[in-house]
Amino acid sequence: MTAIVDYGVGNLFSLRSSLHFLGEDAAVTSDIETLRDADRIILPGVGAFGDAAQKLRSGGLARAVTELASSGKPILGICLGMQLLFEKSLEFGEHDGLGLIPGTVIPLAGKIDESLKIPHIGWNALEFKKPSVLFKYINNGDYVYFVHSYYASGCGEYVTSVSEYGVDVTASVERGNVYGCQFHPEKSGKVGLAILKAFTETEQTK
Amino acid sequence: MITKRIIPCLDVKDGRVVKGVNFKSLGDVDSPVSLAKRYSECGADELVFYDITASAEGRALFTDILCETAKSVFIPLTVGGGINTVNDFDRVLKCGADKVSVNSGAIRDPSLVYEAAKLYGSQCVVISCDIKRVDGEFRVFSKGGRESAGLEAIEWIKRCVANGAGEVVVNSIDTDGVKHGFDIELLNAVCSAVSVPVIASGGAGCIEDFIDLFKNVPDIDAGLAASVFHFNEVDIIDLKREMHKNGIPVRM
Repeated sequence: MTAIVDYGVGNLFSLRSSLHFLGEDAAVTSDIETLRDADRIILPGVGAFGDAAQKLRSGGLARAVTELASSGKPILGICLGMQLLFEKSLEFGEHDGLGLIPGTVIPLAGKIDESLKIPHIGWNALEFKKPSVLFKYINNGDYVYFVHSYYASGCGEYVTSVSEYGVDVTASVERGNVYGCQFHPEKSGKVGLAILKAFTETEQTK
Repeated sequence: MITKRIIPCLDVKDGRVVKGVNFKSLGDVDSPVSLAKRYSECGADELVFYDITASAEGRALFTDILCETAKSVFIPLTVGGGINTVNDFDRVLKCGADKVSVNSGAIRDPSLVYEAAKLYGSQCVVISCDIKRVDGEFRVFSKGGRESAGLEAIEWIKRCVANGAGEVVVNSIDTDGVKHGFDIELLNAVCSAVSVPVIASGGAGCIEDFIDLFKNVPDIDAGLAASVFHFNEVDIIDLKREMHKNGIPVRM
């Protein structure tokens, strides 16, 4: 069973539908015991980093996710959920993330040409940087759907793919059993479903 | 590099997809669920689901059909029609919409865009605008093009974007349904006025119209159409192949 962390941020309908479509048992939950029982966890998220980080912490969910990640349970952060995996974000001030992967979330504004629109909305191609479990069923150059104004920098060796939008936007990361996608796999058609399928095949590593 | 998007619009009335010429004389086409699936599979980049009569009839959009459509479609889905309050946003987002498009509702209550953007983020709020030339000026019309809103279009769009709208759909009433091409002049005027993504709607009759759009309005982000896709007059796969051949960035 895959647990989708429900901490009051964003729309979980499509994520749950896409897992069901893949034949995967999915639970949308804020219950820590259910997260412990799950084979793997998806951390979704849309909105502002500071608000989301606070909501995740308030119910003890942040601590639970961090502990379960350290215990080897596969965790996939999507969009803002991926950004929360890093050490900190500079979105409206400075906020601490979960610190599961080194890196800082910074604004696209100021880093890209002014003629490029912000947010980065739409379909962009993945350029693989390293092999990743999530790429099992997809190809270098496949398109995925992005909606974001901030991106992760300084993630070093953990970057598995980038997308070109004025800068190399960190599109996906992987550190052991912790995975992240800046794009929305649940909105990226067949390619996105294939990425989610690969994730649903991951298992506890310790 | 980000690609130009092709967006089929499903105009829905009483649970069926419809399309009229200049918004009138509606004719039945297909079930929204089966059409949405078909589009998603043949390479549509996004879908718009529009309850075409909700605004005029003053009722809320059917959420059951929306839910069923959203369950089978794994590309971005924008929903509009009869969106008047933040509660309407909440309702359709819970049924699987990714973005919500407001038109008459924003004209009636200009704070709606601001309130919705604050709650759900700008990426979620699409301002859709029906525009017609009146005495050489671009004017906004409401209620599915039936009523003049008493607003100059470019100023209105700028105001909505300043209030937090994250995307603009520009529907030209002058070119809608007549299939003689998109309204290049109007679209260029909107693109140069705002920095958020702009989606062109109204007037597509053939593949060439889309090529003209992307070549002549370089800042446009997407082309939206309904009937040419419903009736298979434009095949999305052929269209994208032709865009690619013309050097327009496209997801194949």
